[in-house]
Amino acid sequence: MDKFETLTGIAAPMPLVNIDTDMIIPKQFLKTIKRSGLGANLFDEMRFDRQGNEIPDFVLNKPQYRDAEILVAGDNFGCGSSREHAPWAIKDFGIRCVIAPSYADIFYNNCFKNGILPIVLPQEQVDVLMKDAEKGANARMTIDLDAQTVTTSDGEVFSFEVDSFKKHCLMNGLDDIGLTLEKVDSVKAFEAKASAERPWV
Amino acid sequence: MSPKTLYDKIWDAHLAHEAEDGTCLLYIDRHLVHEVTSPQAFEGLRMAGRTVHAPDKTIAVPDHNVPTTLDRAKGGMNEESRIQVEALDKNAKDFGIHYYPVSDVRQGIVHIVGPEQGWTLPGMTVVCGDSHTATHGAFGSLAHGIGTSEVEHVLATQTLIQKKSKNMKVEITGKLKPGVTAKDITMSVIGETGTAGGTGYVIEYCGEAIRDLSMEGRMTVCNMAIEGGARAGLIAPDEKTFEYCKGRPHAPKGAQWEAALAYWKTLFTDEGAHFDKVVTLKGEDIAPSVTWGTSPEDVLPITAKVPSPSDFKGGKVEAVQRSLDYMGLTPGTPLSEIEIDTVFIGSCTNGRIEDLRAAAAILKGKKIKEGMRAMVVPGSGLVRAQAEEEGLADIFKEAGFEWRLAGCSMCLAMNPDQLAEGERCASTSNRNFEGRQGYKGRTHLVSPGMAAAAAISGKLTDVREIM
Repeated sequence: MDKFETLTGIAAPMPLVNIDTDMIIPKQFLKTIKRSGLGANLFDEMRFDRQGNEIPDFVLNKPQYRDAEILVAGDNFGCGSSREHAPWAIKDFGIRCVIAPSYADIFYNNCFKNGILPIVLPQEQVDVLMKDAEKGANARMTIDLDAQTVTTSDGEVFSFEVDSFKKHCLMNGLDDIGLTLEKVDSVKAFEAKASAERPWV
Repeated sequence: MSPKTLYDKIWDAHLAHEAEDGTCLLYIDRHLVHEVTSPQAFEGLRMAGRTVHAPDKTIAVPDHNVPTTLDRAKGGMNEESRIQVEALDKNAKDFGIHYYPVSDVRQGIVHIVGPEQGWTLPGMTVVCGDSHTATHGAFGSLAHGIGTSEVEHVLATQTLIQKKSKNMKVEITGKLKPGVTAKDITMSVIGETGTAGGTGYVIEYCGEAIRDLSMEGRMTVCNMAIEGGARAGLIAPDEKTFEYCKGRPHAPKGAQWEAALAYWKTLFTDEGAHFDKVVTLKGEDIAPSVTWGTSPEDVLPITAKVPSPSDFKGGKVEAVQRSLDYMGLTPGTPLSEIEIDTVFIGSCTNGRIEDLRAAAAILKGKKIKEGMRAMVVPGSGLVRAQAEEEGLADIFKEAGFEWRLAGCSMCLAMNPDQLAEGERCASTSNRNFEGRQGYKGRTHLVSPGMAAAAAISGKLTDVREIM
């Protein structure tokens, strides 16, 4: 997994609540057996018309946001389907950080498995960042995961919370499975105890 | 010992390791797998030279992509779908996990097959790379959806890295009125709490109206816990649960059954246990419900009118305007005047035998409106067989419904069952998101009885007028 330490980049504003994973990556793109290549279809039905032409009004089609690396969005981002194709598509497009007042649980976890940092901030602070993002490509935000801060293009700093284990894994690009397999003795001991207590499982 | 909730008890019984920072390894009793969210996980195992830790606890079935037309044995899948289903065939074989291929009569939607085969039992932890895994909570098992990286993690280790969620109680008191179903309960709860109201929580549903539900109804309630943002929904097991499980192919037998039963009877929330949040609805206040927008929280009784953006606050104002534009609806229109083109009965929310019985009871001896496209997609091959045996299939066919084979079908429209642009559907599924049932398709979520009523009248209809 790619490490995430700091990021300075363009932030795209998407001031919409309940952006669901069907919007992020519609079902017709879930038929892949790979993780790569989904960025071309990120937000497909909002981004392209039926003929495949770009819809100019959509934020990521605007010249100033085509290279966005940060997304600022409304409440409950990533709700709905558990499809990890959503963070795969976001990452493949080049976005490495999402900022929103809240996320759906499964999407939030999926981000950390893919080197994406989902930042939670109160609505008032997200409103400030949304305004900053609306300034376009010359206004770059900076994310510092170690310091747990977001800095606007005007130098205003907001602190965010993140789970220490998730932060550690993201900063070091660690593979969860490898870490868990180091605890295989605990798992085996649990299995022995559980199969004595609940042999029908 | 301090009193525990049902969630606390199941959590404690599955804690395989706890680190100093509170990060836990939760042991997983059942891992359900389907073709869409698993190929990358199996590929990851292969690339790392890893095996499936507990193949005996891993059960796979293709459901999302499979055609539901009667000729599916002859093929009918597009190239990409075929590759995905064949990948599952191969992965199941290579890694030695339990498998129900498309050709097996027991094939169906993973969340219907699991309980039907007795894989899902009270007190278990159940995961699947699918958000509607919450369904299995109806048995008093801790069940939730996971992403593909977590699917790979569970395959490799039979555990999941977790932090404990908070406890939320949703109590539905009293009795439901005639025509009101489990679907109306679960949609009304989301209408009350919002789609993010459950975020960070595991919900335990309780109260007389929940106790009165059949296992099928309880599965419908828990199924949509995720639409309310909750990690999982739970219902404490009782005699109905035990009766449902007894004799299922993978349920314990003989002395093991007795031991299991004794354990299952300890699975309830202790008197005085702490809930971080409590929501109470009166059963008699719940009406047959329908969604009008593009989020499951956009729900109202069928007797209501389409709301206006000005009825809302904050970010929701813009979202409602967007929903109404997408849905082609004008504020103030009575919901019961909205005309429907298509009716879909099926999905892991409402594709079980009781759902088909409820729809058939409304349709018996009637015809669907001329020009209406209507289909029933049973949740599994066994549900389909039972419905045929009970004469339900004939009722559907005589009314003008298509009688399909099992799969996820138009709930997410990954197979050819899709809405056309602008087509409006009364659907027993779980999501009314933009494009969910087809590009620019318009979805109104309803109960099976309401879907049947809409098929007859050609518009959203209060099922109580037809009963």
